[in-house]
Amino acid sequence: MLRYTIRRLAQLVLVVFVLSMLLFGWLRMLPGGPVSALLGDRATPEARAQLESQLGLDQPIWVQYGKFLLRALTGDFGTSTGVERGSPALEVFLTRFPATIELSLLALLLAVAIGIPLGYLAARRRGGWWDNISITWSLVGVAVPVFFLAFLLKFVFAVQLGVLPASGRQDTAIQATHITGFYILDGLLTREWDASWNAFVHLVLPAIALSTIPFAVIFRITRAAVLDVLDEDYVRTARAKGLSAMVIRGRHVLHNAMLPVVTTIGLQTGALLAGAVLTERVFNIAGIGQAVAVGFERKDFPVLQVVILAAAMVYVLVNLLVDLSYALIDPRLRAR
Amino acid sequence: MRAPSRPLRSTSVRRRVAIAGITCALAVSAAGCAESQRGEGGGEGGSLTFGAAGAPDLFDPFYASDGETFRVTRQIMEGLVGFKEGTADVEPELAESWEPSPDGKTWTFHLREGVKFHDGTDFNGEAVCKNFERWYNQTGAGQNNALSYYWIENFGGFADGAKPSLYASCESPDAATATVHLTRATSKFPDLLGLPSFSMQSPAAMEQYQANDVRAEGDSFAYPEYAKSHPTGTGPFEFVSYDQGNAAIRLERNDEYWGEKAKLNDLTFRIIPDETTRKQELESGGIDAYDFPNAADLKALRDAGNQVEVRDPFNIMYLGITQKNNPALRDLRVRQALAHAVDRENLVKANLPEGAEVAKEFYPETVDGYAQDVREYPHDPARAKQLLAEAGASDLTLNFYWPAEVTRPYMPDPQGIFNALAEDLREAGITVNAVSKPWNGGYIDDVDNARADVFLLGWTGDYNTPDNFIGTFFGTPENRFYTGASPWGEQLATELRAADAEPDEPRRNALYQEINRKLLSEYLPAVPLSHSPPAIVVSERVQGLVPSPLTAEEFAGVSVTG
Repeated sequence: MLRYTIRRLAQLVLVVFVLSMLLFGWLRMLPGGPVSALLGDRATPEARAQLESQLGLDQPIWVQYGKFLLRALTGDFGTSTGVERGSPALEVFLTRFPATIELSLLALLLAVAIGIPLGYLAARRRGGWWDNISITWSLVGVAVPVFFLAFLLKFVFAVQLGVLPASGRQDTAIQATHITGFYILDGLLTREWDASWNAFVHLVLPAIALSTIPFAVIFRITRAAVLDVLDEDYVRTARAKGLSAMVIRGRHVLHNAMLPVVTTIGLQTGALLAGAVLTERVFNIAGIGQAVAVGFERKDFPVLQVVILAAAMVYVLVNLLVDLSYALIDPRLRAR
Repeated sequence: MRAPSRPLRSTSVRRRVAIAGITCALAVSAAGCAESQRGEGGGEGGSLTFGAAGAPDLFDPFYASDGETFRVTRQIMEGLVGFKEGTADVEPELAESWEPSPDGKTWTFHLREGVKFHDGTDFNGEAVCKNFERWYNQTGAGQNNALSYYWIENFGGFADGAKPSLYASCESPDAATATVHLTRATSKFPDLLGLPSFSMQSPAAMEQYQANDVRAEGDSFAYPEYAKSHPTGTGPFEFVSYDQGNAAIRLERNDEYWGEKAKLNDLTFRIIPDETTRKQELESGGIDAYDFPNAADLKALRDAGNQVEVRDPFNIMYLGITQKNNPALRDLRVRQALAHAVDRENLVKANLPEGAEVAKEFYPETVDGYAQDVREYPHDPARAKQLLAEAGASDLTLNFYWPAEVTRPYMPDPQGIFNALAEDLREAGITVNAVSKPWNGGYIDDVDNARADVFLLGWTGDYNTPDNFIGTFFGTPENRFYTGASPWGEQLATELRAADAEPDEPRRNALYQEINRKLLSEYLPAVPLSHSPPAIVVSERVQGLVPSPLTAEEFAGVSVTG
């Protein structure tokens, strides 16, 4: 188990290294660059050339990459050129990632809390009206673009009804103390209950919008997995033994159906991070998703590099955790 | 992205509404479900929250050239001169009066007395000279165009003498006087001192927080503490904080302000990059105002009770022509053919917001030196074809560039504008190759590197002088239009420099009128298209916002009720 974990972590380092090289090259192959963003509309050809040489953008790409790598090893990922111009890229990432984690976790909780029970119920009443409604709902969840849904949610609840905020993380009038950058948690830690509640309320609509795709996937996988398990011999045996329905559902059906569901939850990390780009843009949440959107607009290479590399690391780490959690769910894997 | 079919959507909406309804029902029971909690405000003017389209680059306006930085620093800082509210006309601000020497090279400013910076430092002649000296003595990264754009554009070089500078020296014979010496006379003085970049900042605060410590690091610039969190001016508002996590900048009223104190207790700028989100925030009461509303939304915004303030147009959109790679474009007749081919009347009617005007010259009529009798180019495809034939360019093919995913105050709908113009050019027998790129995704790069034959671009004036428009465009032969490719490029640059250096105003205006006549009849380096009025929208709760043609609104006189 330990050797396996170490091997996987070594793989992680390799993946991040190769990705950093590809990402570095790819960003610089895109048309445009940070020079236009830094100089604005009013650049003269002479000023562009001066700036390119001052920032070393006129050197061969492998030289640029080498310098980036050496600096990155000391924790210096460059300085933002567009998202928060003049701030270290790593600081931009650290300031913004709590917002994205908060939003993604809430969306994932929502997707799991609704997806698993619904999936189970749909499988139990296979072919019934409940099953059909749930399947339709999950299909719609996947089909409706996030920004359209976000727009709709905002229009109904913020603009028409005025019961939820349209965007942002917290009312600006609340001069909250921020310790961790996780606003809900900060409010709890400092006992500023209003601030914590206000941050939660700001997350309701974006979390709903972001949860639709993971919900649909988790629901469908749960439904399929439960259907598979229900047909298994051991469930029939358990029924024949006269075990209570609770025990059968819990210990035998749900427990065994969870393996593919846990995998799916792990795989949703990528979908959540991708969805966060759009959701944060629409709900104006200053998270890493919005940093990516603005970063591409303004060609902020340092921020894009640190954010995308960090996202890749999170993705790989989550997958590692999923693999390790298998062992906890399925005793047969522990022996290996 | 197509919307899904109706039955599916209604199902999904009902379901989601149910879920959100449950969530919100819980919330209501607990705390009234997110009633906006913007400041109640103890003063008469309350609090105003403005929806800004982007994050300010920094808060030291000397190193900035972006509108969102200036929008904030304009409330905190003041210049020696200001602009009369709602106009582009210069008026006294921190200087009560000034007079030039007969040769236009020495300017004596008589300063307002009893003014203090937010940190308690006295504003006086010494502080003025320290600001000038700070600008002039920039070194290293501080001399880069990306940072000191407005200095380089207006004053030229620095103390190291690598390039000639307009600035010579500054002295303060007494606390209430500052004398600025220039190396030559210029039409831009003292107007340019109203630019936010040349705001007076506290010498003590700049020293304490190392305002000059900008460095090129890796592939960008690192800013000092001063520019990030300690901007200190004399203005009606003081800087409080920039909360990056919540994307909000907070200012508070300066109770020690020398003039009429701000009505608002506090002023918050929320950074909301998405235009639709800004609109929805205004509708839901999350913000009280935002800038550059989409032209298509103006009617709906008004119908909802908001005030849509249309500024006087102080910009120009032109069809740029690059003479570098397409020799045909060096022939005046070909450029004139383009001017006759485009239907500008129709463009203004069909593609631009209310109040837009056809541009006859390269700047609006309100700017000095505008000539009433320039050559005009009415829409005439037949004449365009004839001119092309005369020039031997009947088979003319043009790479026509337009910017995607962007709007500019002078160009609210690039794609629509491009489509209209491309159709006009085709009607005149010109083959158009359309090239579209994102603004920072290659558009500006390609235009600057002369990959376009013709392109859409424009300019919003910084202050009311002809030099700020045509001096910027054509003041050197090495420009976006590559006027240097034609023999008159150098001549035009020389004429512009001579006009700018003429201290006698009537004579200077006559020189500019002459240049404008030549620009339209003999040179025609580009085709002026239109002047568009950019709008700003405020909710019905806001009183007293005066729209500025320079997009330089001040919030000191604004109040919010309810």
